[in-house]
Amino acid sequence: MKTIFTRGPSLTLRLSIVVACCVGLLVADSQFNLFSSIRIYLNSIVSPIQYVADAPQKMFNSLSDSVVTKQTLAERNEQLEKENMHLKADRLLLTQLQRENQQLRELLNSKRQFKNKRMITEVMSLRSDPFTHQLLIDKGATDGVYLGQPVINEQGVVGQVSQVGSTTSRVVLLIDASHGIPVRVQRNDAVAVVHGSGAWDKLKVPFIQSNADIEVGDVLVTSGLGGRFPPGYPVATISQFEYHEGELYATVSATPVADLDRSRYLLLLWNDNPLADADLTLDDPELFDVPDK
Amino acid sequence: MSLISSYRTIYFTFFVSLVAAIFPLPIMFNAFRPDWMVLVVFYWIIALPHRVNIGHSFILGLTLDILLGSILGMHALLFSLLAYFTSMNYQRIRNFTLVQTTLLLGLFIFVSKIVLYLIASSMQEIILHRHYFWSVFISMLIWPWFFLFMRYLRIRFKVS
Repeated sequence: MKTIFTRGPSLTLRLSIVVACCVGLLVADSQFNLFSSIRIYLNSIVSPIQYVADAPQKMFNSLSDSVVTKQTLAERNEQLEKENMHLKADRLLLTQLQRENQQLRELLNSKRQFKNKRMITEVMSLRSDPFTHQLLIDKGATDGVYLGQPVINEQGVVGQVSQVGSTTSRVVLLIDASHGIPVRVQRNDAVAVVHGSGAWDKLKVPFIQSNADIEVGDVLVTSGLGGRFPPGYPVATISQFEYHEGELYATVSATPVADLDRSRYLLLLWNDNPLADADLTLDDPELFDVPDK
Repeated sequence: MSLISSYRTIYFTFFVSLVAAIFPLPIMFNAFRPDWMVLVVFYWIIALPHRVNIGHSFILGLTLDILLGSILGMHALLFSLLAYFTSMNYQRIRNFTLVQTTLLLGLFIFVSKIVLYLIASSMQEIILHRHYFWSVFISMLIWPWFFLFMRYLRIRFKVS
């Protein structure tokens, strides 16, 4: 019978080498973020395992897509056509409004671009270690995905890209405890920051003054102040606003507007260079100091 | 020749358990997923400590870290510690009854869950969910059947 002590270094030596490696990795990854660029290659190495794990679900989806009756297809087609017509009708008005908005902005000398490049991506799976909320999407560095890229669905903001692989990427959801997003209240433009709480249906809004004009039901949209998310996309609705006597700030929580655990397709936004067309001369501090007469 | 074929079987079980560890489940059941990786590493170290040991556990842990997107080295550290303690006492554990190994495995997974939580909480801001420790019980429920199945596999494919 063979024993494990016949050849090679002793167990304790092996363990100490491996533990030293692990601690080095832990510190390098969490404190100095040395692996953010290498993760692309590491993720590509393990992507076969991910594809195998996702294959049954994908097969089931495509099977259920292909096994539908003509009747349901026709119904669905009709419904989609109706919806399309409504959307097109709305869009007719939208172009008009857009032009009007542009003219008004030109009068005010503040131009803003609304066009963003975007790309549809499919959610491969909703999985992560138990402490973070992430999901895996099927676009990667080869499609131009970059770190910190905003991700939305048709309802609102979902999160941002946290790790990029060559063909897959990881999106950290806005409910993750490490995620924060600058927002403003749609009703009165009050600014705030929304933090994730780690629970699926709750977001925290810290540092809100007790006398702030925020009510339950207010919609929070991205303010674009961080430079990462383009402004104007809905993020959450206020679900609770409480103030206890003697506390510095009010307890405010919100629910995300997007169905984070149920969306199959997401949109990647390219928010490149938000200040490209801005007229920076208007931001000259000297001009602001001059009293307006 | 037999070396290659036995490693083929071992690596196949590793692959299957990695897939099982990340297999997409509905969110409700995600916390109840058994720790397949711990089960498979634990089994192979008891059965064949001269084949699967600290090195393999380290690589597997690192792969799991990359797959889960957690901090690199978290699971690797844990699996290599598990491998160390198991291979130091593998002859004793082999003589345990199935109930005793189940309890030991439960203890291992419980400790590993706590260590994972401590590592993660020292590195980033995290929230502990209510269902976090359920997988300990699920893994203990699965272990006897898993053990018998793996023993059948080992004998059937003559892995040594």
